[in-house]
Amino acid sequence: MDKKLLLKKKFRPGEWFAERMVSLTAYISLTFIALIFIFVFREAVPLFKDRSHEVAAFKAAPLEEMETYGSEMVEGDAGVLENPSTEDKHALHVSKASDLLAKDWQPISDQPKYGLWPLFAGSFKVTLIAILLAAPIAILAALYTHTFAPKWCKELMKPTIEILSGFPSVVIGFFALTVLATAIQSLFGFEYRLNAFVGGVAMSLAVIPIIFTISEDALTAVPKSLSEASLALGAKKWETSLFVILPAAIPGVFAAVLLGFGRAFGETMIVLMATGNAALMSFDFSEPVRTLSATIGAEMAEVVFGDFHYNVLFAIGILLFIISFSLNLFAEFFVRQKLMKKFRGN
Amino acid sequence: MNKILKKVISVLAASSLFAAPMQAAITVKGSDTMVIMAQRWAELYMSENTSAKIQVTGGGSGTGISALINGTTDICNASRPIKPTEREKLKERYGTLGVEIKVARDGLAVYVHESSPIQELTLAQIKDIYTGKISNWKQVGGPDEKIIVYGRENNSGTYVYFKDFVLKGEDYMAGMLSMPGTAAVVNAVSKDAKAIGYGGAAYAKGIRLIKVKKDEKSQGYEPTAENVKAGKYPITRFLYLYVKNRPTGELKQFIDWILSDKGQSIVTKVGYFPIR
Repeated sequence: MDKKLLLKKKFRPGEWFAERMVSLTAYISLTFIALIFIFVFREAVPLFKDRSHEVAAFKAAPLEEMETYGSEMVEGDAGVLENPSTEDKHALHVSKASDLLAKDWQPISDQPKYGLWPLFAGSFKVTLIAILLAAPIAILAALYTHTFAPKWCKELMKPTIEILSGFPSVVIGFFALTVLATAIQSLFGFEYRLNAFVGGVAMSLAVIPIIFTISEDALTAVPKSLSEASLALGAKKWETSLFVILPAAIPGVFAAVLLGFGRAFGETMIVLMATGNAALMSFDFSEPVRTLSATIGAEMAEVVFGDFHYNVLFAIGILLFIISFSLNLFAEFFVRQKLMKKFRGN
Repeated sequence: MNKILKKVISVLAASSLFAAPMQAAITVKGSDTMVIMAQRWAELYMSENTSAKIQVTGGGSGTGISALINGTTDICNASRPIKPTEREKLKERYGTLGVEIKVARDGLAVYVHESSPIQELTLAQIKDIYTGKISNWKQVGGPDEKIIVYGRENNSGTYVYFKDFVLKGEDYMAGMLSMPGTAAVVNAVSKDAKAIGYGGAAYAKGIRLIKVKKDEKSQGYEPTAENVKAGKYPITRFLYLYVKNRPTGELKQFIDWILSDKGQSIVTKVGYFPIR
């Protein structure tokens, strides 16, 4: 028989179909991400539109008196406060894209202020606290489970910490709001019950499992020969783990911390509930903060569609997307691939 | 077996076809402050008029007005007056300016922690506290402590009302802690001896309602039913319904019922104050 005929692949329709389906689903999810990005971007672009003519048109056409119904049923309006200004100053204000560089966030105002700096400061403050607390705990825990823990303990520890990552963030937020905030205030005597520190501590609960899991994977990926060589040379177990295994796994651990940073930066519910949401421009971690993500979470539902404020919220969404996307990209490509090669020499 | 299934499906389809055009549901959307009241109205009205169908959802005053503009709701609940810009949009879409219906009164309370020695404040003092001009309880006759200021998130009608009417349009201080909902404000104030907050007239453990004075010389009043009704309590607002056109037909029937004694008795039951 001809050898060529034997080697020729037989066309199997079922297999072909299954293959196509799998690749199709992969492409669909890619398309979804692209579409989300396009949608968010499209809603943010009118930020750069010149709005002065809208305001001029609004000024030119004063509205008639409001029609009422059933007002004869209302008995007296004594004591009801008078609105001091009948004109809508908010609508007469022309907002520009450069407003985003201001130092105040007061979108509902006669002179709306859309400065993003206090929100940036807030996001960074909370994220920094969360990472400073979570990273050492998670990395040391990963080191312990990898090298020291007996097998049964390892098998208990890993799933338990991973369950933490499945915890709904609203539950963590509620816990922080009701229990943690009071405990921290009585412990440290902070003036504000809800502040950046409470948010950071609560956030670290959400970040620990991410850093732990990825660091543990990185430690496991270190070749056995390294630790065996170290032990054979007479190094103790703790010396081996701290000075041989951990340094070899550093790129992976660093990537874990970066991914944790990305998660913390975008997390909404915890900070919305636990940080007090005051857009303050300060670096004092005992003061309340308002983060970028919490601002979207709190304000999106009520904003007038197509308004400048609406566009600004979408622009914040793009910023968050870009930040977490570049962090993930950096963690994946640079740290994991390049550094790993450099350290391992293969 | 298959035949039976087919029959069932066809009967179901036919019945749903016939049921749908029989009555179109009236949709009500808007203020979270008013959502419980609106639900009670709908329940009682539907039990009296079995042919009527009313759907109530919350979301906030701004959301309700947006829905009215977008044509996804028949009635909008609002805890603040509609804004000129919003009426402008309504006019653009439908050529009407909307109709305003006052359906209830609400006294907006100012709370402090129960241990606070502060009994009463003037409107001007409340304004100064919320704009940040007064930052220590000492300045209003209390102990030498910083004032921790709680308010609502800027998506709430209460936030906008308080800003327009009590702060006279000035901005809140940047350091105000924003809470999602009156319950959250009450909870926060009840846990903080130095706190002040505002919201609907809620009586909860751990907080006390401040007596509010219109100015230095006048007497302070608590937001009780009598005081709000008599117009003595100074932070009183109306709660509104907004519709596109002058109501007719079923819509008119429902709104007239809300304004009737029966509808107004529900207002009192859910903790607000009737219009007369």
